[in-house]
Amino acid sequence: MHINNRFLLDLFMRIFLLLLLGLNWSLALATPNIQHWKTKNGTPVYYVHAPELPMLDLQIVFDAGSSRDGKLPGTAALLNGLLDQGADGLDADAISTAFESLGAIYGSDVGYDSASVKLRTLTDEKLLNKALANLQRVIAKPDFPEDALERQRARTLIGIRAKQQSPGALARDAFMNALYQSHPYANPNSGTEESVKAIKREDIVNFYQQYYVANNALIAMVGAIDRKQAESIAEKITTTLKQGKKAQSLNKVEDLQKSNTVFIEHPSQQTHILVGQPGLKRGDPDYFPLYVGNHVLGGGGMVSRLFEEIREKRGLSYSAYSYFSPMRFKGPFLAGLQTKTDQVDEALSVLMENINSFIDNGPTEEELIASKKNITGGFPLRLDSNSKILGYVVMIAYYGLPLDYLETFNANIEAVTIAQIKDAFKRRVTPDKLVTILVGSSAEKQQEGT
Amino acid sequence: MKQYWSSLISIVFGLALVMPVPVFAKVHEYQLDNGLKVLVKEDSRAPVVVSQVWYKVGSSYEHDGITGVSHALEHMMFKGTEKFPTGEFSRIISENGGRDNAFTGPDYTTYFQTLEASRLEISFQLESDRMRNLLLPADEFLKEIEVVKEERRWRTEDNPTSFLYETTKATAFQTSPYRYPVIGWMQDLDNMTIEDLGGWYKKYYAPNNATVVVVGDVKPDEVFALAKKYFGPLPKGEPISIKVLEEVEQQGAKRVKVKRPAELPSLIMMYKTPVVKPGTVDQTEWDWEPYALEVLSGILDGGDSARFASRLVRGSEVAAAASAGYQMASRLDNVFSVSGTPSKDKTIKDLEDAFRKELVDMQTNLVSDEELQRVKAQVVSADVYEKDSVFFQAYIIGVLETIGLSWQLADKYVERIKAVTAEQVMAVAKKYLVEDRLTIAELDPLPLGAKKPRRAPTGGSRAH
Repeated sequence: MHINNRFLLDLFMRIFLLLLLGLNWSLALATPNIQHWKTKNGTPVYYVHAPELPMLDLQIVFDAGSSRDGKLPGTAALLNGLLDQGADGLDADAISTAFESLGAIYGSDVGYDSASVKLRTLTDEKLLNKALANLQRVIAKPDFPEDALERQRARTLIGIRAKQQSPGALARDAFMNALYQSHPYANPNSGTEESVKAIKREDIVNFYQQYYVANNALIAMVGAIDRKQAESIAEKITTTLKQGKKAQSLNKVEDLQKSNTVFIEHPSQQTHILVGQPGLKRGDPDYFPLYVGNHVLGGGGMVSRLFEEIREKRGLSYSAYSYFSPMRFKGPFLAGLQTKTDQVDEALSVLMENINSFIDNGPTEEELIASKKNITGGFPLRLDSNSKILGYVVMIAYYGLPLDYLETFNANIEAVTIAQIKDAFKRRVTPDKLVTILVGSSAEKQQEGT
Repeated sequence: MKQYWSSLISIVFGLALVMPVPVFAKVHEYQLDNGLKVLVKEDSRAPVVVSQVWYKVGSSYEHDGITGVSHALEHMMFKGTEKFPTGEFSRIISENGGRDNAFTGPDYTTYFQTLEASRLEISFQLESDRMRNLLLPADEFLKEIEVVKEERRWRTEDNPTSFLYETTKATAFQTSPYRYPVIGWMQDLDNMTIEDLGGWYKKYYAPNNATVVVVGDVKPDEVFALAKKYFGPLPKGEPISIKVLEEVEQQGAKRVKVKRPAELPSLIMMYKTPVVKPGTVDQTEWDWEPYALEVLSGILDGGDSARFASRLVRGSEVAAAASAGYQMASRLDNVFSVSGTPSKDKTIKDLEDAFRKELVDMQTNLVSDEELQRVKAQVVSADVYEKDSVFFQAYIIGVLETIGLSWQLADKYVERIKAVTAEQVMAVAKKYLVEDRLTIAELDPLPLGAKKPRRAPTGGSRAH
C-alpha cells in the first residue's frame, strides 16, 4: 500500500498523488441533497430524504440562545427546559408519556447562539402524527406552570453548584468569562446563582413570546419521509407558532486588549489549564486556513503537535488539544490540558512554546499534507448517520452557509496553503492578548516547590 | 483520545451497559484456523466501515497488585512494532482519513478504526501486526504510565461522583474481580512494570482470544479474504485458562461513606443481580429474569415519564436527579443500581427512603399495563434508532461475543423484552432487590475551600 512507500516519494509525487486522491474524492463524495424552501408564513425549511431507516429526526431552531438573556443570564435555558413541563393544559407526566409511549424521543437544547427543540420518532404514520401533535403542543402552547418553574429553577441551581466540584467546569466558565467580558458569551448558559434566582415567570413568558415565533425559526428534517410529507409537517409546525419578528442583531465580540491570567484555587490533584482568545465566526473568510492549521497544531486527535509534545514525548497530560469553535460572533480559540499540580509550569511552557512557534513558522509541508489527507479522506465519516447529517444541516442553515458547503468542503481544504495558514494565524492568534486560566491547588504547588 | 470510550462506558457506568440491544439483519460469521473469529455486517447507508478488534481480557481478569494492567497495555499498544514504530499506527490511520482509538472494560479490551470503506485493509494490516509483534519499549512505558496516572487523576481522583462509584463497586464485590476499577488503583500504577505488561500481552493477545467485528459498506466475503490474508498467518497462542472468581454470597447489607471535597451529596444503592447466561443452543429456552430486570429498570428510569422522573424529581421533588441502571450483559454476575442527588433542603436519608419506597412498590404492586407497553414501545423504537450508528452496531456484536454469549442473542432481545409480564417484573424485584444483595454508598461532601480567584502579576481584568 502507498502508506509504506511514503518516504520514497518525492514531494512532487506526493502532491501529484494528493491531487489524484482529491479528484477521486470530489467525484465520489456522496453528500446529502439538502432541499430548501419556506413555509407559507416564511419559516425556512431544510430537508434531507434518508429512506433507509423508518425514522425521522426533526429539529426546530430558534434564534433564542443564551446570548439573548440580557440582564438575566439563564433565562433562555430555563425556558427551553420548561417547554415540555406543562403545555396546552397537560402536565409534564402527560406530555412525556405521550412521546414515550410512541417510542419517540423529545429533546431540547440551548447554546449561546440558538435554542432547539428536537424530536426523533418512527415514521409509521400513526406514531408520527401523534408525536408531531404532541410536539406542536410543546412549542406553541407551553403553559410555564409556576410549580414547574420553581422545580426547574431549583434543579438549575443544583446544576450550578455541581460545577463547583468540577475543576474542568470551573475552568470553562472562567475562560468564557475572561474572554468575553461584557459580551453575552461571557455568561454560562445556565446563568449564575444570582440571575437564576431573579428570573420571574413574566421574564420567561416575554422571552418566549418574542423569540419562539415563526419569523425567528427554522426547521430541519432528516428521515424516511417524502417531500410532500416534509412540507406538510413544516406547515403544521409553523402555523401554530405566532408570526412574530426576527430577533434583532446583537453586538459583535471585541478583541482582547491584553493578556490576562486567572488562577482559581481548587482542592484537586490536577491543575486544569486553558489558554485562548476570541477566534472565529461562522462563515469567516479565514475559516479553512485556520481549521487546517489548527489540525496540525492541536486538532488532529492523536496526531498533532500538542498531543505529541505534551503527552507522547513528556507524559504530562492525558489530553492536550486546541480548537477553534466558530460561533455567530468570534467563538473561542482554545488550547488545553490537565496535569498534576507540580508539573504546571513545565506543561504551560511547552504549550505556549508550541503555540508561539506555530504562529511564527506554520506547519511543515509534510504536516500540511498529512492533515489534509486526514480531513479529506475522513470526509465520509462526517456524514455516516442521520444524526450527523442533521447536525450539518442545522449548522449550514442557521449560520447561512452556502448549501453546497459539504460538496465544496474537500476542495476548500485542498486549496489551503502554508502561506495562508501562516498569514491567518499571524493575524488571528495574537500571543500578547491571550487569556490563561489555571484551576488547581496553590498549596500543593508550593509544597512541591515549583 | 485513547480510552475516551472507557470514560463513557466503563468507569462511570461500570461497563457492559449493553442496553438496549438491537436486532440485526444479518451477521456473517467466519473463523480462521488459528481461532480468530471474524463477524461482518453489511450496512451500505454510507461509504464507511468500522473495524473493531476485541480481546477477551480486561480488569476482571486481573488480580491484586496489578490492577489496571489491561488498560495500561491498551495505551502501550500504540507504542509500536518493528514494522510500524511508535506513533506510526495512529499516523497512518490519520493519513488515511481514519479515526482510531481503544477502550478497556472489565471484560474486554477493544481497538477500533473508522475509515472510508475501501480502506479497511489498512486497519487489518496494522491490527494484525500489533496482535503479536508489539515491542513494548521501556522508555515509552515510563512516560505512558504517567499519562495513565494523569488519566486516573482526571477521571477519578478529581471527580467525586466517579470516586464514589469506584468505592461502591469495591465495597459491593468481595471476591468477584468486578471490585477492581478498570483504570487500576493508583498504588498499582505506581508499582507497575513493563514486565507486567509483557506477560499480559503474551498471554492474552492472540488470534484464538480475539474477535474482529466489521460493520459498514463492505462485502462479507471480501472482508473474510482480507482477514485471512492479514490475520491468517498469525500463530495461535497457548490455551488460556482463567480461574473461577465468583462472588461469595453476601451476608447482610453493606454501607459505606465517602468523604471527599465536593459541593453536593450523592447516593448509590447497588444490588447484586444475575446477568444473561448462554441459553440452550437452539435458543428455545432461556432465563427470563435478566429481561424482567431490564424492564424493571425501564419502568423506573426509562425516560421522563418513568417513575423516578415523575415521582422523585417531580412529584415529591425529593431528587434533583435520580437514575436506575441494570447491567444485563457481562461475563460474571453484575449489579442493578439506583443513584441520585437530593434536591435542595432534602437529605441523603430522604432520598434513600424515597428510593426504598419505590423499590417496595415494585415488590408489592404489579406495574400498570400502560407502563409496560411504554417500555416495550421504547425498546422497539430504540432497535431502529440504534441502526443509525455503525459503531454501536459493531459494539453490540463485539461485546456479546467477547463476554461469552453469542451475537445471535441480540436478535432475540426485542422479542424477549416483549414477552416480559408484570408478574415477572414483580418477581425479580422481590427476589433480587433485597438487603442481602445491597451496598449503599453515600458521598459526604467536605468543604471545597475558598475559591478566591487570584490574578497573576501580568493579569488585567476579571476572574471567575
